[in-house]
Amino acid sequence: MTEVNPQKVSAPEADEQARVEAAAVAPSGPGNGRLALGRIGEARHLGLLIALALLAAVGLITAPDTFATTSNMVSLLALASTIGVITVGSTFVIIGGGIDLSVGAVMALASVWATTLATQAYGPVVMAICAILVGTGAGLVNGFLISYGRMVPFIATLAMLVAARGLAQRMSERRTQLVSQDNSALVELSTTRVLGLPLLVYIFAVVVIIGWLILNRTTFGRRTYAVGGNPEAARLAGIDVRRHTMLLYALSGLCCGIAAVIIMARTTTGSSTHGDLYELDAIAAVIIGGTLLTGGRGTIIGSILGLLIFTVITNLFILNGLNTSDQLIAKGLIIVVAVLLQRRSLQTAT
Amino acid sequence: MEDISREQTDNPSLLLMRGIVKQFPGVRALDGVDLDVRAGEVHCLLGQNGAGKSTLIKVLAGAHQPDSGEVLLDGQPVRLANPTAAMRQGIATIYQELDLVDGLSVAENIFLGHEQATFGFTRRGEMFAATRELLARLGHGEIRPSTEVGRLSPAGKQVVSMARALSHEARLIVMDEPSAALAHDEVMNLFRIIRELTGQGVAVVYISHRLEEIREIGDRVTVLKDGRTVAVGLPARTTPTATVVSLMTGRNVEYVFPPRPTGGFGDEVLRVENLTVPGVVSGVSFTVRAGEIVGLAGLVGSGRSEIMEAVYGARRATGTVLLNGKQVKLGDTANSVRIGMGLAPEERKAQGLLLDQSVARNITLASLGRYSRFGWLNRKQESDEAERLVKALDIRPPDPNRPIKTLSGGNQQKAVLGRWLVEGRKLLLLDEPTRGVDVGARAELYALVRRLADEGVGVLLISSEVPEVLGLADRVLVVRDGRIIHEAPATELDEHHVLDLVMDATPSHG
Ligand SMILES: Nc1ncnc2c1ncn2[C@@H]1O[C@H](COP(=O)(O)OP(=O)(O)OP(=O)(O)O)[C@@H](O)[C@H]1O
Ligand SMILES: [Mg+2]
Repeated sequence: MTEVNPQKVSAPEADEQARVEAAAVAPSGPGNGRLALGRIGEARHLGLLIALALLAAVGLITAPDTFATTSNMVSLLALASTIGVITVGSTFVIIGGGIDLSVGAVMALASVWATTLATQAYGPVVMAICAILVGTGAGLVNGFLISYGRMVPFIATLAMLVAARGLAQRMSERRTQLVSQDNSALVELSTTRVLGLPLLVYIFAVVVIIGWLILNRTTFGRRTYAVGGNPEAARLAGIDVRRHTMLLYALSGLCCGIAAVIIMARTTTGSSTHGDLYELDAIAAVIIGGTLLTGGRGTIIGSILGLLIFTVITNLFILNGLNTSDQLIAKGLIIVVAVLLQRRSLQTAT
Repeated sequence: MEDISREQTDNPSLLLMRGIVKQFPGVRALDGVDLDVRAGEVHCLLGQNGAGKSTLIKVLAGAHQPDSGEVLLDGQPVRLANPTAAMRQGIATIYQELDLVDGLSVAENIFLGHEQATFGFTRRGEMFAATRELLARLGHGEIRPSTEVGRLSPAGKQVVSMARALSHEARLIVMDEPSAALAHDEVMNLFRIIRELTGQGVAVVYISHRLEEIREIGDRVTVLKDGRTVAVGLPARTTPTATVVSLMTGRNVEYVFPPRPTGGFGDEVLRVENLTVPGVVSGVSFTVRAGEIVGLAGLVGSGRSEIMEAVYGARRATGTVLLNGKQVKLGDTANSVRIGMGLAPEERKAQGLLLDQSVARNITLASLGRYSRFGWLNRKQESDEAERLVKALDIRPPDPNRPIKTLSGGNQQKAVLGRWLVEGRKLLLLDEPTRGVDVGARAELYALVRRLADEGVGVLLISSEVPEVLGLADRVLVVRDGRIIHEAPATELDEHHVLDLVMDATPSHG
């Protein structure tokens, strides 16, 4: 590194030497590069894991009797499941260069729609399908407005946020709708445990795995990075950017629908107040996970780790009986610190 | 001829760079480079793709910090800690990859970052006036200061970058491949400005892969190879080309075009009838046969790129396009790719590259369908293919997993081309395919394009370098003001004839 080589070179004999040296360096050069990059990729997730471990340590110290209990861990994961599923969808949208502010509202709408008396009459399976269809439908509307109506994602999904909440309030007449006794099978998603964990945690895990596979192992995932990274280049490479964008929002909506099923199971209700500010938590998790808001870059695993960090913080505050305002301040700080750290690791990487 | 005496005067150096070393992860881009530039000279920097030219000028511009070595201006050591520091020292840089803000106006771009610093302009009116003056000086009075930069052609953007460099009162202007985006007449214009500047004692560091240009405008030459200086202060006009090329490449490159096929061409691959792009292209008709390379010659702004983009469906147009006799749905690039077209666009950074992604992912982007079943990627097959193409194109460093933004400009360009070098293409549309590619690699690219044609692909080619069109194409279409005004086999045309045809226009283009 520090070896300086200010040889005065002027003619072909030096050239020969350079070639020999270049040849000697060549095989190791690219290999090093790959290694270094691999290391940085891992380092980013490693940073998140360390943060998580630190938080866990804080939990063990400040709340030794309550934090490391099975029941706390289970409720922590159950809590993370709802936003977790949404976060998977948001990760796709953000890598694809967009943003979805309507996730919480769409989830609320889906939960309300699925718990109306009319829907409940058809049983739990139809309720779940209804929630998923409502979510996907809302996502499609978002996608259509953005890709074919050429609306800015922020505005289109903001409009959807407001409208979906309004519609949910209208449908429920601002009342919380209970999942009826006949449909308690739906609630069993949260009460039935396999290997100690409620079924809905498995739903969350499956969504994460499928999301990861789609993003990393399919042409759709590859194209998502392209569409977010350079839409013009993607278009010229023959990718139907508009259709793809539309599908990304539909996917996000689909995740909201699944999240609605989870929240109905957890709370046994459908309500227009479900998922308030979920959009912010989801976006924050994605950002902490290292996904760029400008698109073209990011990982599902990062987002999930980001989400877990958020969830553990919430949990710690609750266990220690601290007030929620402090919790918000802490979360705000975490976002800032995470982004600053990533900025630094990006700079050293390139 | 008096210029030659200037080469020999013992002008003290304006800029001295000594033993500059710059290490990137896995690559030592500069390994002890020396550069010595005198006031009032045009100092050319030559070297193959990836030799370290851009890295060296980024060090000079304060954009990169060297690991070791020193920089002296007027004999005084200086530290160029950031681009602003370099500008304060009177060093202005035009980067290889244009760094303009598309959303801002021409005037705002020119004065970005130094709104008051140098000129004391605070008011819009004065900024506009100064912009107008600069653009007029560059021979482009028709560009309006209020125009959004994103709407300008690549050549227009190049002019704005020039204006930005001129807006600093610089004593040293560095130009990294400024002519790559320019057509012949624009290059002449550029040279006129360079002469004007050097006449005032400003030094210019000029990078180009076009050796004729070096001969015409250069005073002295420094040659880089693999991050080292292999020759300093060669006289630009009298050093034989062969010497320069062998210094650069370490071998003797024949700057020749591959032989044309002796037999006839195949069936008609492309038929274009009455293609019209409102305001740019009016009623163009032509054909391309299988195995044929058809060149579009014309000035920047003549409508040649627009013709290509319209055929490909990347631009709104009316008219008829037939591929292998079947009508092509206009305005749908996804469909065009599906039926066998491929376009290598003009602006690699804005239109071609996924900068955050690896070389491999950039190369396979357009052909993902080939490495997948039901959308599921066969990653082994994909990476094998990427590896094959990286080798075929001699992309350096030959590591498909490296982020593409760490490659030199010429190597990025090869990756953009590589995207289409897969089986099943019937028609390739190549817009300035050799932009920024060095002499050695260029000859290889020519051979590659010819080989594709020999395999039955139809090729439509745009190049601002007339000799390239004449040497590589079988048939040439001369475009002017959005019309094809002449068509002839390449062998029946010579450079002067084409230039006459191309320029003999009422000067109305933008
Ligand atoms: N940010 C970076 N990170 C890692 N490697 C880099 C980076 N920038 C440049 N390099 C490497 O440094 C070497 C020199 O690149 P440079 O851009 O200076 O070449 P160049 O002479 O300008 O070539 P060209 O004629 O193609 O523009 C190349 O091997 C390139 O891959
Ligand atoms: Mg360069």
